[in-house]
Amino acid sequence: MIDTETTPARITRIGFLGLWLVITIFPLYWIIVTSFKAPGDIFSYPLQYWPTEFSFENYVQLFEKADFGTYVVNSLVVSTAAATTATLISLLSAYVLARFEFRTKTAILMAFLVTQMIPAFIALGPLYLLMVDLGLVDDRFGLILVYVAVCIPFCTIMLRGFFANVPDALEEAAMIDGCSRLGALFRVIVPVMKPGIVAAFIFNFVNCWNELFLSVTLMNKDENKTIPTALNGFITSFNIDWGSMSAAAVLTILPTMILFAFASRYIVQGLTAGAVKG
Amino acid sequence: MLPAAIFVGVFIYYPMLAGSQMAFRHWNLSNLTDTSWIGLQNFATIFADPSFGVILGNSVLWVVASIVPQLVIGFALALWLRRRFRFRGLYQALIFFPWAISGFLIGILFRWMFNGEFGVVNDLLMKTGLIDQGIPWLAQPDTAMFAVIIANIWYGVTFFAIMILAALQSVPDELFEAAALDGAGKVRTLFQITIPYISTTLALTVLLRVIWIFNFPDIIWAMTGGGPANQTHIITTWMITFTQKGDYGVASALGLIVVGLLLVFSAFYLMALRGKKEASS
Repeated sequence: MIDTETTPARITRIGFLGLWLVITIFPLYWIIVTSFKAPGDIFSYPLQYWPTEFSFENYVQLFEKADFGTYVVNSLVVSTAAATTATLISLLSAYVLARFEFRTKTAILMAFLVTQMIPAFIALGPLYLLMVDLGLVDDRFGLILVYVAVCIPFCTIMLRGFFANVPDALEEAAMIDGCSRLGALFRVIVPVMKPGIVAAFIFNFVNCWNELFLSVTLMNKDENKTIPTALNGFITSFNIDWGSMSAAAVLTILPTMILFAFASRYIVQGLTAGAVKG
Repeated sequence: MLPAAIFVGVFIYYPMLAGSQMAFRHWNLSNLTDTSWIGLQNFATIFADPSFGVILGNSVLWVVASIVPQLVIGFALALWLRRRFRFRGLYQALIFFPWAISGFLIGILFRWMFNGEFGVVNDLLMKTGLIDQGIPWLAQPDTAMFAVIIANIWYGVTFFAIMILAALQSVPDELFEAAALDGAGKVRTLFQITIPYISTTLALTVLLRVIWIFNFPDIIWAMTGGGPANQTHIITTWMITFTQKGDYGVASALGLIVVGLLLVFSAFYLMALRGKKEASS
């Protein structure tokens, strides 16, 4: 806006924005502080808003008592494989949906949109039975397949939006220069869309990294659990060990925060493009 | 295109349809020899459950009490973020961060803050003199419901801020200039120019969020698990407890109830929206 701002309005604005920033950051601050307190200090009065002594005890416990390293590896393997596969498949489908006209196009788009609206939980039971039949329960490969399916609809819709911003002329030129259609896609378009594709990958990765209910249903053995599934297990036991829990939470949140910081601009673009135009 | 369709078909649509028919069968993992068709009996079980009324009420409260503050705070943030200032990019990146966290972990974060004995919320409230002694937030139905909704508001404001900011940036500056020339004050400009201009985006965003929040069990699951005594369940968290018990019949019936409620709501909402548009044009 080009109007001038009065002083009270300015104070209100800065005050409000500042307040919201504090509210947003505080829970994160609090869990980090908790995780670095000595186990005894977590449950003592008065509450310490800054640890009196820094301790890594909670982190050590996490890897010694619980098998946190295994969960991290599982989460990394599953999320990376699922996000890569889903992004590749979505890229191709988004390309087809953005560039060609065909009869089932609207139906497919609708089918993808609907998956975003219906509670996935109605599918939990039958999905479990299906995986039993396929012999894929308690199998990382099985979980990867399911995650790929879960990621595809939104990822396709998001990437399709990015394709719309790339002019047709670009690939036509490449094809005249002797590229095949696929060649044109990967040599000319993909480099142009790189930021969007990276954002889509990160979005998928973070979603898989965070997913809880599917993995709780499909992964039972301790050695197969992803991080959220393992944390869920920490809760169901009677008392929550807040020391280990806070350390685990910090270790789970940090990687996704860093990834999101890189990609947030493009994720926002992807999310808002459809809504504002439509 | 084909691989995408196959994945979505096999792992999403097939189980969803299979789930729909289970709703009309006796289907319990503890007794798989009897999977006979039992008509509406699963639904009868649900309606006869004394918790059902509370849970339905909770679901509505959960959606309404979360979405209204999210919308209002998100709108205010978006309005104030329209003006360029130094560090705006950094500010946006910072308030964006709740999104990187799963709903489940947000539940964990707030469960710890609302802890009755060593929670920081009680401590802050006592320091400022608002309360004299700690409240066992998650151990009483009313305060537990309040706490989970606070967590959800915290989580969802960013989404509204981002969507609304994007919509605001699509409003041409000339409109504001014209309004200013005509001597319209700030409040008037907001209600007569800004809001009408972005009303479609606003209305659709709200609809999407209603559907999404109705289906969002993660925070409640992590904070209270539906307790104490089923008093903080919403339909989807309740449904998951049935799935975990292996009672897929009842769980699927609940799923169909959710789909039905949301379909009816969306239909009415969209009809009201269209009616309003025609009336104003």
